[in-house]
Amino acid sequence: MLNIMEVHETNQMIEQEKLDVRTITMGISLLDCAADTVDKTCDNIYRKITTYAKDLVATGQAIEQDYGIPIVNKRITVTPISLVGASSCKTSADFVQIAHALDRAAKEVGVDLIGGYSALVSKAMTPAERLLIESLPQALTETDIVCSSVNVGSTKTGIDMNAVELLGRVIKDIAYNTRDNDSYGCVKFVAFCNVPDDNPFMAGGFHGVTEGDAVINVGVSGPGVVSRALDAAKGRDFEFLCETIKRTAFKITRVGQLVAQEASRRLGVPFGIIDLSLAPTPAVGDSVGEVLEKIGLEQVGAPGTTAALAMLNDQVKKGGIMASSYVGGLSGAFIPVSEDKNMIDAAASGCLTLEKLEAMTCVCSVGLDMIAIPGDTSAATISGLIADEAAIGMVNQKTTAVRVIPVYGKGVGEVANFGGLMGYAPIMPVNTASCEAFVTRGGRIPAPIHSFKN
Amino acid sequence: MNKAIITVVGKDTVGIIARVCTYLSQHNVNVLDISQTIIDGFFNMMMIVDYANSDKEFSAMVGNLEDLGDDIGVRIRCQREEIFTKMHRI
Repeated sequence: MLNIMEVHETNQMIEQEKLDVRTITMGISLLDCAADTVDKTCDNIYRKITTYAKDLVATGQAIEQDYGIPIVNKRITVTPISLVGASSCKTSADFVQIAHALDRAAKEVGVDLIGGYSALVSKAMTPAERLLIESLPQALTETDIVCSSVNVGSTKTGIDMNAVELLGRVIKDIAYNTRDNDSYGCVKFVAFCNVPDDNPFMAGGFHGVTEGDAVINVGVSGPGVVSRALDAAKGRDFEFLCETIKRTAFKITRVGQLVAQEASRRLGVPFGIIDLSLAPTPAVGDSVGEVLEKIGLEQVGAPGTTAALAMLNDQVKKGGIMASSYVGGLSGAFIPVSEDKNMIDAAASGCLTLEKLEAMTCVCSVGLDMIAIPGDTSAATISGLIADEAAIGMVNQKTTAVRVIPVYGKGVGEVANFGGLMGYAPIMPVNTASCEAFVTRGGRIPAPIHSFKN
Repeated sequence: MNKAIITVVGKDTVGIIARVCTYLSQHNVNVLDISQTIIDGFFNMMMIVDYANSDKEFSAMVGNLEDLGDDIGVRIRCQREEIFTKMHRI
């Protein structure tokens, strides 16, 4: 039978250490919503989402109450819209109309965000995919809670440099269109390499074409719990440290598994995966940066940061894997600068640089995430950042991503404020040497060789 | 059997257990186990209860116990047991 110390430990995690389930995300296939006109496609999309997800938010709230565990977000992901809209959309404006339908449907059911205004172009773009990408500056400005992602490369296909070049310009346009709000539109867009089909986190979540009709995916959190557990590991060796992280990750993930199974049962929708990510928030004590500092760094960004993050990421996975029947998504430690108090401080003090972050993305679960850069950064430079990240993902057979915000009208030393869980970020300097001739060559970077690894 | 865990945390005063138990008996909730201890200077009590035959919806019971806690000046939580067993038992 349970003892009082175990019960106390769980409740302490929830109340003091900010343990929560970050998101319950319902994936919905929209492949059967494609029609010959945009209006019909929009109607089908609206009807399917509002039918399938009508009880999602209420169910999430009921589970929160029954178990006393906060479930911070309830979200929806859908099939990449470039596929759903391919038969009916002839212009970018047609795609924007679908973005509005998604926005309306998501607001109707009361979710926080909806992801899947996306295109998968790792080898090349179809005309519809190009139109969707070109629609982003308008779509992300006119809608409130629609998130978008574009997969520009993979280990098997190489990198579509035409898409990478186009995205540099598109991101600049999104930043300009949302200039009154610190270029907030860019927060809702992420470029990927090796994107997973079942990611429950935003902005990169979508419902992959390999998935079933509907699915429940859950993203856990808990950097605060790991951080608190590491207090007991101060001065101890790596064996003790790793065991502590694994044990904590196991406990956190078991809560996610419980919530996922319960949501799946109550909604009558199959359980997909648990995403074992340490997802920080800007709140004090809910920081991956703080975990790295407790591992032994004076501040994130110091030499040793990449090794510490590699170890943390690996232990989180090792601990979490056994706690869940299906693991997927991004699974690891997130390092979104604006959403992590200690990373914000390190970026502001100059200890954490863009180049160090790039190195960290070689071993963490995602990539350059929520980084504010000067508004006058050129489109080609942004394309260069995306190409660099995609290359890391492609060669290392891992997911990488870029979510940078070129904050219009602001420069290094100023701060961009995105509000809520998105946090705030000091604008970080970017190397301004040109890569224009590189990113505008056209064509694609071939897939890498998988032998002769050095 | 539907098990829930009720925890009470706060400053010890006369009659906490009595008042919680009165509420539970009024609504046909059976107490299976009680333990208490002092953690970090605070009174901690845990009850394992069976609410299978309760005349209250679980969510209403959670709210009522929270209100009762506010009245006494302690924090009372009522959670379904699985969150603890999942976390602490393989």
